Amino acid sequence: MTFLLAAPIVLPLIGAGVSITVGRSRATQRAIGVAVLAAVAACAARLVQLVDHDGPASTQAGDWPAPLGITLVADRFAATMTLLGALMLLAVLLYAIGQRDVEERHVGFHPVYLVLAAGVSGAFLTGDLFNLFVSFEMMLTASYVLITLGGRRDQVRAGMTYIVISLVASALFLAALGLVYASTGTVNLALLSVELQTLPAELRQALVLLLLGVFGIKAAIFPLFFWLPDSYPTAPTAVTAVFAGLLTKVGVYAIVRTQTLLVAPEDRPGTLLLVIASITMVVGVLGAIAQNDIKRILSFHIVSQIGYMIFGLGLVTVAGLAGAIIYIVHHIIVKTTLFLVSGLVEHRTGTGQLDRIGGLARTTPGLAVLFLVAALSLAGIPPLSGFVAKFALVDAGLDAGAYGAVAVSLVVSVLTLFSMTKIWGGAFGGDIEPPRSAQRPLPMAMVAPTVALAALSLVVALCAGPLYDFSERAARELMEPTAYRTEVLGP
Amino acid sequence: MNIVLAAAAATLFGSGTYLVLQRELTRIVLGLSLLAHGANILILLGAGDPGAPAFVGTAADEELFDPLPQAFVLTAIVISFAVTTFLLGLAYRSWVLTHDDEVPDDVEDRRVAAQSEPSEIDEDLEDVEIELDEQEQEQEQR
Repeated sequence: MTFLLAAPIVLPLIGAGVSITVGRSRATQRAIGVAVLAAVAACAARLVQLVDHDGPASTQAGDWPAPLGITLVADRFAATMTLLGALMLLAVLLYAIGQRDVEERHVGFHPVYLVLAAGVSGAFLTGDLFNLFVSFEMMLTASYVLITLGGRRDQVRAGMTYIVISLVASALFLAALGLVYASTGTVNLALLSVELQTLPAELRQALVLLLLGVFGIKAAIFPLFFWLPDSYPTAPTAVTAVFAGLLTKVGVYAIVRTQTLLVAPEDRPGTLLLVIASITMVVGVLGAIAQNDIKRILSFHIVSQIGYMIFGLGLVTVAGLAGAIIYIVHHIIVKTTLFLVSGLVEHRTGTGQLDRIGGLARTTPGLAVLFLVAALSLAGIPPLSGFVAKFALVDAGLDAGAYGAVAVSLVVSVLTLFSMTKIWGGAFGGDIEPPRSAQRPLPMAMVAPTVALAALSLVVALCAGPLYDFSERAARELMEPTAYRTEVLGP
Repeated sequence: MNIVLAAAAATLFGSGTYLVLQRELTRIVLGLSLLAHGANILILLGAGDPGAPAFVGTAADEELFDPLPQAFVLTAIVISFAVTTFLLGLAYRSWVLTHDDEVPDDVEDRRVAAQSEPSEIDEDLEDVEIELDEQEQEQEQR
């Protein structure tokens, strides 16, 4: 168990170290990257299975007992996120290798990518607030490098915005950590969930809201989302895909974890979260409508969809949280697929500007099908995975009586569909543009990972029943974190 | 509770926030390091009253100073040090590319904004288009 919990963090770090030393041989670097991420995915899959069977698992680094040492914990939610993270990182790495673009030109790509993987797994599996900070920093520092890889003018500009915002959030996180430690004397999440309840209500709420603000910046919820559509689109495609699919979701994970574990059910700021969620959904989708570039449209949609996840959390019911979890699963897969598809469009035509391309449905029907599967799923058309996720959320919302938020989420779905139609009309319909002869062929090595992810999203839709049951078990575990506490602190 | 440290943290946060809101990159970088220092001092402040160095056996247990916040701060300093270095590198790169210390506007963003109010910012739009063309040429050259 110790190995399974530590491997998703330690293996990528070792891989990154080895990868630097063999910088001259890209083939060796590739082999290391793919092997490490595949191993992490395998460990995470086994972890999901074990945790689902036996309840939360934990390990103490160096055998220092719980509130003192570094704790790694996995419950169903954490293990699932680790698995999904590893799968996305693996698929995008294969895509990047197939693209032979940034990956081939920069020695640093593979090591930095693996550090990013370690940071993502670390954030999911850590059992204390300070290591959450360290994992975040590991992931963000790697992302700073990846987003500016290439050093073009627009990349430096966009990277600057991204880095400055992230650093401000990090400083706030540190300040929050200091205040939490000063008032409770611990940073262990399990112990904090007990200790925080002994504080005066005002102080407790201030700390919880500060943490919500910090993670809100990372998750890009309203009104802290403005950096995202600005910075993601300029990064190399493969990098944007993994950022879009994973990084903001690490922020969402941190919000869900802290709001469920650290706050007693009756104290959870449900109404506040529902309001934030509704505005986030609307602002994101309206922002997307004005855009002309595929990646920018999709980036605004990330913001909009974060709203759905927060909506599920804000309902403060098991069903709502289960809906949020299934939505996160669906979103990570579909969003990554869409960005990979937009990368394929750019690879074929040379640009992602909708007014300069067209007719791709006739020149590359396969690509059009791929886009349709992902886009319709994003909009929530049955029987695709988005429908399953949105149905779970809407159902939970109606049960909890949050009619306003449900109405907003339905309207936003329609607008999402409208946005997807815009991409379809601009890129796939209309006249063939640029001319067939100017279009580059698509390498199989890029198409295969994209197809695999699209197929995975279909699997999510096909296994909706068992997956929902699993999400419900995970949500119940989050709502009543007694098992989590006992596992870390002992009975 | 040490009032001098508390005031120092507050000043660092205040001046850091002011500097981060400027448009010149060098000021932003300085502001970010001030913010990080402010947070570090806040953590130390949270550790409580000063005490004996935390070596077991050198003093009675209750006199020892809590070493954990120091470990936090040390980690945080290392991280902010590394990131500041990277940021300075990026600021230099930005200077090489634009010969200007200011963070430029997002071109695509201004283009989208210009779409909605064509009458007001026709000239602006032209500027933006020229800038876009320049960028494209730059990319093509590469």
